[in-house]
Amino acid sequence: MPYGWWGRLLEVDLSTKNVKITKVDRSVMRRYIGGRGLGVKLLWDRLGQKWEEIDPLGPDNILLILTGPLTGYYPGGRVCVTGKSPQSNGIVGSTVGGEFGVELKCAGYDGIIVNGVAEKPVYIWIEDEEVEIKDALHIWGKDAKETLRTLTRELRSEASKKHQLRGVCKEPSILYIGPAGENRVRIAAVAAKITHAAGYGGYGAVMGSKMLKAIAVKGTGPLPEVAEPDEFEKALDDVCKSLTRSFTMRYWGTGSAGYTVGADTSSEPVRNWQEEWHDEARYGSSSFESKVWIKRFWGDFGCPTTCLKLAMIKYGKFKGTLTDNPDYELQAYLGTNLGVFEPDGSVYLSAKADDLGLCGIQVGNVLGFTAELYQRGILTKEDLGFELKWGDVEAFAKLQEMIARRVGIGDVLAEGTYRAALKISKMKKIDAMPYAVQVKGIGVGAHGIRSGLDYTKPTAYVCNLQGGDHTSVSNLDEKNRPEEWEIILIDSAVVCWFNFRKEHVYRFFRAVAGWNISEDELYNEIAPRIAAIQRTLLLLGGPDVYWDPRVDDDNPPRFYEPLPSGPKKGATVKREDVDKLKQIYYRVAGWDEYGLPKGETLEKLGISEVREALERVKQRLQIS
Amino acid sequence: MGEEKAKIWIFRDYERCSGCRRCEIICSLRHEGRIWPEASRIRVFMLIPGLEIPHLCTQCPDYPCVSACPFNALTVDDKTGAVLVDVDKCTGCGKCIDACPGKVPYIHPRMRYAVICDLCGGEPECVRVCTEAGYNALIKIPRFPTQAYKVYARRPEDVVRDLALKVYGEEWEGWV
Repeated sequence: MPYGWWGRLLEVDLSTKNVKITKVDRSVMRRYIGGRGLGVKLLWDRLGQKWEEIDPLGPDNILLILTGPLTGYYPGGRVCVTGKSPQSNGIVGSTVGGEFGVELKCAGYDGIIVNGVAEKPVYIWIEDEEVEIKDALHIWGKDAKETLRTLTRELRSEASKKHQLRGVCKEPSILYIGPAGENRVRIAAVAAKITHAAGYGGYGAVMGSKMLKAIAVKGTGPLPEVAEPDEFEKALDDVCKSLTRSFTMRYWGTGSAGYTVGADTSSEPVRNWQEEWHDEARYGSSSFESKVWIKRFWGDFGCPTTCLKLAMIKYGKFKGTLTDNPDYELQAYLGTNLGVFEPDGSVYLSAKADDLGLCGIQVGNVLGFTAELYQRGILTKEDLGFELKWGDVEAFAKLQEMIARRVGIGDVLAEGTYRAALKISKMKKIDAMPYAVQVKGIGVGAHGIRSGLDYTKPTAYVCNLQGGDHTSVSNLDEKNRPEEWEIILIDSAVVCWFNFRKEHVYRFFRAVAGWNISEDELYNEIAPRIAAIQRTLLLLGGPDVYWDPRVDDDNPPRFYEPLPSGPKKGATVKREDVDKLKQIYYRVAGWDEYGLPKGETLEKLGISEVREALERVKQRLQIS
Repeated sequence: MGEEKAKIWIFRDYERCSGCRRCEIICSLRHEGRIWPEASRIRVFMLIPGLEIPHLCTQCPDYPCVSACPFNALTVDDKTGAVLVDVDKCTGCGKCIDACPGKVPYIHPRMRYAVICDLCGGEPECVRVCTEAGYNALIKIPRFPTQAYKVYARRPEDVVRDLALKVYGEEWEGWV
């Protein structure tokens, strides 16, 4: 038996209702780790031959919920949700915090593969060896809180009857979708708890397309054995002590950045990125603390950082609203990006995104895009049904509802910024793309590149395997290696970005998995291997959108405009610099001048079979 | 009094629980040698997210679980006041659970015996990690002769219902 993982995936076919165990060999883990890496491998094996034909929202797509070998052991429980993305038409390793991955492992599985489509709404209920596909008609259409509440109650009450003599049963862990996912909104998230989301990638829509409302799991067993129990306990103690010292991250989380990323680094989206600077002190952590935070430390399994805070509005017209922080990304995207500079406005819009099952970043991106089109008179009151002014929280909330339910213009915006821009360009006979701040179908995270003061460098999103994903940036690191290689380790081991400390993670690999992972193995074999396949599938794309690296390996047009305000006024990135850096990135990644993994790279990485798929890309792009 | 002095109690402040479950992790590592939340002697309930409840024995002064055990499997540790389970005698019949006002004991998920907090012999590990993290949802305090501890033997449903009213407001009353 391998240490740290079981080597077993639960495979459920919703069309045939067939349930089986699929074994994963230890050698696969050594080549792809788990989480994002294993997802890439499974999707390549199963769909690679016909990737371009697979509709991400059709019956042939596969939904994967994957843990990594460190899930449950390394502090801060997360799980990776993946499949063919309905946003990028490639693969996004989208991770979400919570206990789901731990419960799954305690139930005896490293992950779940969901195939097919159910005839009517269902949810999957896993209790150790028992797996049931259950009717979900009663929760279909329900928002996040009601879904979670109903399932928790009904599954606990069943468990109490079944295990009457055992004592009081705990709740299961649940991943679910809101109305947005049900309506196949491409910016729908897969949610956990009340407020956590696997947002990037749009896998809420994939669940919806499979008529799968939720997956609930209770594992009553232990986590798999570890290779070196004593060393593991020491390593756990050390990393927890070390993380406990990160004072500001613990006390403010990312919730102080809504002010500072604007005021300090001039890299925060303001009014759809027309600006990246603001000095609105009332939007600082001090206001969030005193007005809305009702819990200082809130965290997921084993986390000593607990950067989440709970926010609730106890006054005024938004009374009763509950969400986490909001963290920096949503302070920005459902705040400054919409011209909202009041903590309660951002809390309200964040909670609305939670309730509807929307990705807060993606919906904030498309709302900002819409408001700019309104500002420019491209979209009008007649198109929307109401006025849409910067800072109008209630108007934006209304639009969120319309998106989640695909009502009116919401049906267009539900396609995400990129596809909405294509549609509106056609509709209005103008070019809306200059206002779309996205890369390869994915709205850019809330960290700009123009000021040069943030961690995001000029190519952060350009060669990014996950488009605009700010957690997976394609910077060059201090040793001139692709920084995304490290992120691949984070998403494949499935640990939290904020708790990631490389030396500790390596130590955990040894103590938990008995795997003496080396920097060399990671940077020269595992990460580039995963990246080469992920890149190939991204460039295969289809069937509705395709990417041409010569055009689409680029920043959004807006990032080439000079910053209009703040201490970094006038700053921008130069296209020729980006082009130069891009070529360096390609080279160190082992890709050719078009950004296609080279034949020799594939051979060195032991994945020559990918060559044939790259030929298909070349054919489409008409390059040799 | 000397004996009483050595006894401790785990003070619990539910509102300060971060839901991190490091108490479950360390408890199951100490008692089971594995990370095993369902076999932990302290169990964190998340019946409403954000209002996590650590559920553990409070050592009622009259120990109703001990007197309810038909097999004399439960005894009180003279030194700490903790309830000790004799796993050879315990049959997992669940009478202790019935007798407990808070339904705290739990039958081990793989073995036929009850698991109950043993206070780690006087140095509870769950308290150590909670204190170290600065949450102080669990604090070790000296145990004085009082009935007060018994009122903490409550079902997680009842605690979270109160907490929801207090922290989230009355619209959350019917959640659980």
